[in-house]
Amino acid sequence: MKKFDLLVTGVGGQGVILASNIIGEVALAAGYDVKKTDTLGMAQRGGSVVSHVRLGRGVYSPLIKADEVDIMVAFEKLEAARWSHYLRPGAVAIVNNHAQFPLSVNLGDEPYPDDGEIVGILRRSTERIYLIDGTSRVEALGNPRTLNVFLLGCASVFLPLKIRVWQDIISQRVPPGVQKLNITAFNRGRKEMRRVYLRQGAAEYGARVVDTEDVRGGGRA
Amino acid sequence: MAKMIKLLSGNEALALGAYHAGVEVAAAYPGTPSTEILESIARFDDIYAEWSTNEKVAVEVALGASYAGARSLVSMKHVGLNVASDPFIAASTTGVGAGMVVVAADDPGMHSSQNEQDSRHYARLAKVPVLEPGDSQEAYELMAHAFDISERFDTPVLVRMTTRLSHSKSVVKTDRERAVPGRAVGFKRDVAKYVMVPAYARLRHPVMEERLVGLATFAETLPLNQVLWGDQSLGVVSSGVAYQYSREVLPRASFLKLGMVYPLPENLIRYFAVQVDRLVVIEELDPFLEESIRAMGISVVGKECIPRVGELNPDIIEDGLRRIGLLNEVVSSPGPGVVPGLPKRPPLLCPGCPHAGFFFVISRLGKRSRAPKSRGKAASESGLVITGDIGCYTLGAYPPLNAMDTCACMGASIGQALGMVKAGTSQRVVAVIGDSTFLHSGITPLVDAVYNGGQLTVVILDNGTTAMTGHQHHPGTGISAQGKETRAVKLEDVVRGVGVSDVRVVSAFNIRDIRAALRSSLDSSGLSVIIVRGACAVRAPRHAQPRVIDAEKCNQCQLCLLIGCPAIRRENKRIYIDPASCVGDACTICEQICPRQAIAPQFEVGVVAPA
Ligand SMILES: Cc1ncc(C[n+]2csc(CCOP(=O)(O)OP(=O)(O)O)c2C)c(N)n1
Ligand code: SF4
Ligand code: SF4
Repeated sequence: MKKFDLLVTGVGGQGVILASNIIGEVALAAGYDVKKTDTLGMAQRGGSVVSHVRLGRGVYSPLIKADEVDIMVAFEKLEAARWSHYLRPGAVAIVNNHAQFPLSVNLGDEPYPDDGEIVGILRRSTERIYLIDGTSRVEALGNPRTLNVFLLGCASVFLPLKIRVWQDIISQRVPPGVQKLNITAFNRGRKEMRRVYLRQGAAEYGARVVDTEDVRGGGRA
Repeated sequence: MAKMIKLLSGNEALALGAYHAGVEVAAAYPGTPSTEILESIARFDDIYAEWSTNEKVAVEVALGASYAGARSLVSMKHVGLNVASDPFIAASTTGVGAGMVVVAADDPGMHSSQNEQDSRHYARLAKVPVLEPGDSQEAYELMAHAFDISERFDTPVLVRMTTRLSHSKSVVKTDRERAVPGRAVGFKRDVAKYVMVPAYARLRHPVMEERLVGLATFAETLPLNQVLWGDQSLGVVSSGVAYQYSREVLPRASFLKLGMVYPLPENLIRYFAVQVDRLVVIEELDPFLEESIRAMGISVVGKECIPRVGELNPDIIEDGLRRIGLLNEVVSSPGPGVVPGLPKRPPLLCPGCPHAGFFFVISRLGKRSRAPKSRGKAASESGLVITGDIGCYTLGAYPPLNAMDTCACMGASIGQALGMVKAGTSQRVVAVIGDSTFLHSGITPLVDAVYNGGQLTVVILDNGTTAMTGHQHHPGTGISAQGKETRAVKLEDVVRGVGVSDVRVVSAFNIRDIRAALRSSLDSSGLSVIIVRGACAVRAPRHAQPRVIDAEKCNQCQLCLLIGCPAIRRENKRIYIDPASCVGDACTICEQICPRQAIAPQFEVGVVAPA
C-alpha cells in the first residue's frame, strides 16, 4: 500500500474542506488509514485555507512534513504559491487557473503575482505543474459550486482509488438535488486532467496516467 | 449499534464517546476549536444539550446535573476555562454526583484565539486529573475512562484537547452502544459535601489531596499510559498530538505515551527512564511533564530543543532534535522554504456584513480611515477611543476601518471604557461589543457603569448570532442548541432593565440613523447604549440587485473603499463592484455613502460591471 500525502488549498468559501473530507472518505473506503487536518483560521471570511490529507498503511502525524507532499490541489493560484514549499521534488501540482485577489491587492497596495511568477515558484519543487481552467469549466457546466468536485476529478487521475467509490462518496456528501451535477463535474474534471496531462507530454516525466482499468481493486497500487 | 468505522474529527469523536458513555446533560459556550463538541452531541435527541450563556454557567449547569445524578459534559475553548475557573475549582472541591467531564481545547499557534495558554496548569490548581488523547480513536475511547474515573474518584475530570486534535479527522472504529448507568436521577442532600462553608470546605481539602495520591497510583496501571518499546538508546515521553509528530520523526525510538498527564505515574516513568540511554520529553507549549519528571530527580531534555511557543509539527521537532544531536540522519535535500513577500490573505468582513456600516461611520467620525493611497501615515488624533471586544467585529480593528483600539478578552470593552473614563481622560470613550459577547459577559460591566456612572457610549452590534465561531444560537435568538424554540432574551429589555435610560436601536444598514445615534450619544453627558441591529450576511444570504458604480459619475474619491467591503474592488485605477459578491438590496451601505450618488442597483445605472 503506497502512501499519499495530499495538500488541498484555496480561499475560504471555495469548498476546500469538503473536497479534502471526500478524499479522506474515499481512501478510508479503499482500506487506507487516513488522517486529515485543516488550517483555516477565520476562513469563512475569505482567508487562506489549507488541508493536509494523508493516506497510508498507518499514519501518525496529521500534518505533512515540508517537502513531502505528493499531490497538491490548489483552488487558487496565489494559494498554490503560498504552500508550494510543502511539495516534494517531482510532486504533482494541480492548480486551478483562477486568481482571487486579497484585500491588499484589491486596494492597489501590492501586486498579484503573474502566472510566470507563480509557475516559477512551483518550479522550485516540481516540473509537474498542471494549470486547469476549473473555474471557467464549472461555470460552463452551470454551477460554480461544483469546482471542488471538478478538481477532485482531476486529482483522482493520480490516485489508485476506484471511480465508483469516488462517485458514491460524492453523492453522499453533496446536497440532494445536485448529485448528478456533481458527478458530471467530477467526470469532466477527470477528462480535463487527462487532456492537459497528455498535452503537456506525460512521457517526458516518465509518469503514466492511471486509468480506471488500472485500479480495479483500488488501494493495492 | 452495529460496528462502525468512520472518519471523525477529534471533537466529533469526543461527542460520540461521551454519548456512548451515557452522558445525559451537555453544556457549552462556543469557542474555536471546541465548538463542534456540543454541536455534535446536540444532534442526539435523547440527551439534553444547551448553549449556555457563558462557560461559567455551562460548568454550573453540568455540575448541577452531576449532583442530581446525571453524567454531564462541558466543553469550551482554553480561555473559557478562565471564565469558568471558579465553578470548576468548586466542582473539584465538592466532588461530583454522577460523572462530570470538562473539555478544554487549547489553541497552540493561536489559529483563532487571543492567547496560547496551556490548560494543563489548571490540573494542579484545581487538583483534578487530566486526560489527553492522541487522535480521534483515542478521543472516543478516553471518554468512557473519563466518566469512570470521575465517579470512582469523586472528581471532575479535565480532558485537554488542542486545535490540531479537535480539528483533525482520523479513523474511528466503534462496536459499542450507548449505555446509561441505571440509576435514578435525583439530588441527595449531603450538606458536608455540597455546602462549602469554611467548616465543611476544610474537611474537603484533605479529601482532595488523598484523591490525588489515589489517582497517581491508579495512573500506574491505567491502560491510557503506554510503553512502546523500540530502540532503547532514546526514550521519548510524550502525549497528545505531539506524540504523533514524535513517532513520525523518531520511528525507531522507545515511547512512553501518556494518556493521563496529571497526576503522573511516577513508578512507570522511573521504570521507563532507567531502561533508555537518553530521555527526552516532547510536549506542546509549557514544560508541564518535563518539570514534573525533573522534579522526580530524573534527568531529561525537553524545552532545550522543543519550543515552548507556538504549535509544534514534525519539522520543528526534527530540527530541535537534530540541533542537540538526538537525530543524526542527514537531511536528504533541504527544500526551497517559504516563499517570502507573497500578498497575505487575512480574513475580512463579508460583503453585506452588518458590522461594516457602523464601523465606517465611527471610523469617519473619529477620523481614522484614510484613503488607501495615504495609508501608513499616522492616524489623526481625534479625541475618540474605541474599546473593543471579541467577535467578527474585531476585524474592524484592521485597515481600512482602523476602528478598534483594544481587544483583551470577552466582555472587557465596557469595563475598560469605564476605567478610562474614571481615570479622567478627556477623550470620548465608546465600547463596542457583539450581541453574543454582551450576553456572555457584557451585562455585569454595564451594571457597573449604571451603578458607578460615567460619560460612556456602549454600542452593541446585534447580528442575531454568534458569527465568529460559526453562527451558533444564543439567548438573544430564542432557538436552543437542539433547534427548539425557546424564549428570546431581548437586548433592549436587558439594557433598560439594568437601568440605562438612553437606549437607541438603529438598523445596521441605515448610515444616517447610525450617524445620528452616535453623534447624539457622544454629545450626551451620561451612559447611553446604541443597539445596531442587522442580520449577519452569512445567516441571511440574500443576493438581490447587486450595486453598480456608474463610471460616468464616479470621480475616484475612493470613499467606498473605506467600508472594507470585499465586493468593492479596484483594478487599473477603476473602482467596480463584483456582482457575484455584492448582496445588494439587503445592504446598500456603499450606495448610501457615495457623495456623488454614483452607486445604484444595476437596472438604474444600466452599465454592466466588468467581469
Ligand atoms: C471566554 C471566551 N469564550 C469564547 C471565545 C470564542 N469567541 C470569540 S468571539 C465569540 C462570540 C462572538 O459573537 P458576537 O459577540 O455575537 O460577535 P459576532 O462574531 O457575531 O460578530 C466567541 C464565542 C472567546 N474568545 N473567549
Ligand atoms: S460572518 Fe456575519 S458577522 Fe461575520 S463578517 Fe460575515 S457577515 Fe459579518
Ligand atoms: S451594497 Fe455595497 S457595501 Fe453592500 S455588499 Fe454590495 S458592494 Fe458591498
